[in-house]
Amino acid sequence: MTTPQHSAVRARSAAPAGGAPAIEFVGVNKNYLSHGETVPAVKRTDLAIGQGEFFSLLGPSGCGKTTTMRMIAGFEEPTAGKVFLDGNDVTGVSANKRDVNMVFQSYALFPHLNTYQNVAFGLERKKVAKNEISRRVGEILEIVSLTGMEKRSPREMSGGQQQRVALARALVNRPRALLLDEPLGALDLKLRQQMQIELKRIQREVGITFVYVTHDQGEALTMSDRIAVMNAGVIEQLGTPREIYERPASRFVAGFIGTSNIVDGHVDRVEGGLALLSYTAQDRVVVPAPQSVRQGDKLEVSIRPEKIDLHRGVPPVQATGGSVLSGTVTEVVYHGTSTNYTVSTAAGADFTVFDQNASNADDLADRGDRVYLTWAPQHSYMIGD
Amino acid sequence: MNRVKRQIAPYLLVLPGGIWLLIFFAVPMFAMLSLSLQEGDIVHGYRFTGHWQTYTEAISAYQEQIIRSLIYGVIATILLIAIAFPMAYWIAFYGGRRKGSYLFLVLLPFFVSFVLRTISWKQILTDEGPVLQPLRDLGLISQAFHILGTPYAVILGLVYNFLPFMVLPIYVALERIDPRVVEAARDLYANPATTFRKVIFPLALPGVFAGVLMTFIPASSDFVNSEVLGSSDTTMIGQVIQTQFLENSDYPTASALSFVLMLVLLIGVFSYARILGTEDVMKVAAR
Repeated sequence: MTTPQHSAVRARSAAPAGGAPAIEFVGVNKNYLSHGETVPAVKRTDLAIGQGEFFSLLGPSGCGKTTTMRMIAGFEEPTAGKVFLDGNDVTGVSANKRDVNMVFQSYALFPHLNTYQNVAFGLERKKVAKNEISRRVGEILEIVSLTGMEKRSPREMSGGQQQRVALARALVNRPRALLLDEPLGALDLKLRQQMQIELKRIQREVGITFVYVTHDQGEALTMSDRIAVMNAGVIEQLGTPREIYERPASRFVAGFIGTSNIVDGHVDRVEGGLALLSYTAQDRVVVPAPQSVRQGDKLEVSIRPEKIDLHRGVPPVQATGGSVLSGTVTEVVYHGTSTNYTVSTAAGADFTVFDQNASNADDLADRGDRVYLTWAPQHSYMIGD
Repeated sequence: MNRVKRQIAPYLLVLPGGIWLLIFFAVPMFAMLSLSLQEGDIVHGYRFTGHWQTYTEAISAYQEQIIRSLIYGVIATILLIAIAFPMAYWIAFYGGRRKGSYLFLVLLPFFVSFVLRTISWKQILTDEGPVLQPLRDLGLISQAFHILGTPYAVILGLVYNFLPFMVLPIYVALERIDPRVVEAARDLYANPATTFRKVIFPLALPGVFAGVLMTFIPASSDFVNSEVLGSSDTTMIGQVIQTQFLENSDYPTASALSFVLMLVLLIGVFSYARILGTEDVMKVAAR
């Protein structure tokens, strides 16, 4: 796809290196009053989101991600702490005076206005000249592929089109940051995947900081530069999608992002930076461990299902350096590109194993089969503290 | 067979309403129309003569009352919007969990007879009543000051009696506004006043429109408030029609006046709808 020159919209793409973060939270917390009781929604949070970053707030419902976003927008004020936009303290500044715009979950388009009037709303409030408004609305409608839809009213448009109007209505103002609250939640799978790519393209084109709230880990992984995983009002982990997936900082993150197998056990031996957890004479888990780990320590280890090899016979000799767990297959589910096995292991935990259906057309094992699971030491990951 | 049934079903459903409309609306209308074109008196009976002059005579005799009724109706309707909108707005946006209770309070006077409520206003507004007597004692109003018998009392009665009919439709319209749409306006740099002007009010207009229809028509043809709270200077057309029917037994004149009133109200309402049709209202407000 050729990228048209949207010079005006690009204007801010080059953020000054080493300048203030686009958004910064300093010691922010937020309590709600519910039935006379104080309920913490966001606990003491420090956060810095860089210029031009695609940043996701990921977590289950009620984790505080939406409250965090609403504090950036100015719809909620922190109970304590400060919010900065581009280095300026905006704590206590009302939403209409903040240079950020929001794409709402249900789009929240003005039902009495057509596409053009919806998109022009913000510029009109800013008293931008009429011909300048019409130029910028035309330009942004081109970016979101809605040219020719100016006269349509929201109810005459599909969900996907309304979504684009909501996006255009926010972007046309060239905000310092764009806040997106589960914007793809109402779309069907196909359209959602299409819009994910589209959003990423638009973000590259306009160069504005995107803060994206979602409970969909797949969406967060594919689109984000960095992700903050939230749970119970706390950021559990902040990092790139790869960091979060490969090295989850807590049991919660390991479980929330993709599928994880988690086993715990006591350290039998520490040798050459590897800790060994034994369950029986053959069953053992090997995990890279820091110096501080001692014999007898209790560890929690996470292993991703696609890293595990499944064998029907006695494990091959080369596996002796890594982890080996024996078990019984309790479930086989065919997924097209892969087959997923559930194995009840000697370590006490049920394991999920993804086996790519690449070369072997037949399943490796059936329900009730005795199997051996093996994986390399570097694919074991010691969780958090 | 099934297909035939399915095609007939909608007509069967409309039948009770249709019959009701025919018996209690269409038939009396024609009877009245015929009556308005008859001549005679209560002793010798009435005969249909096609005497349309009754209309011109009635209009010239009572044009003052017709115009006064319309003026009272318009003033009452404007006051109703001014009072009901903030009430409905407050209940819809600040009512919280007690919205239902507040709406019930608005409707509560309905449980008392219309006439009785109006008569109690008479007792409140009377010269020796609980409002005027203390004010007079304090020297805040002159001895000659009174409210009863003035147009103010009549319009006050109209506003009081029809308030729920304006509050409810506006409330429903406001209640249906998605709070996120209001937030979106704030997000797009609109201050509270602009948000109200550009988003909340335009979205509430269908409710205002419905409220106007439900109050202007009965207020203009009301015959109780002026009777109880007014004087001979505030006579409304509804009273005239009632007197002609029930006291003077001048059925042709009463019928003719009823038709004139109906026609005037229909013209008024249709031109109002044409100028401010709900769909167009929004487009106007959007500019």
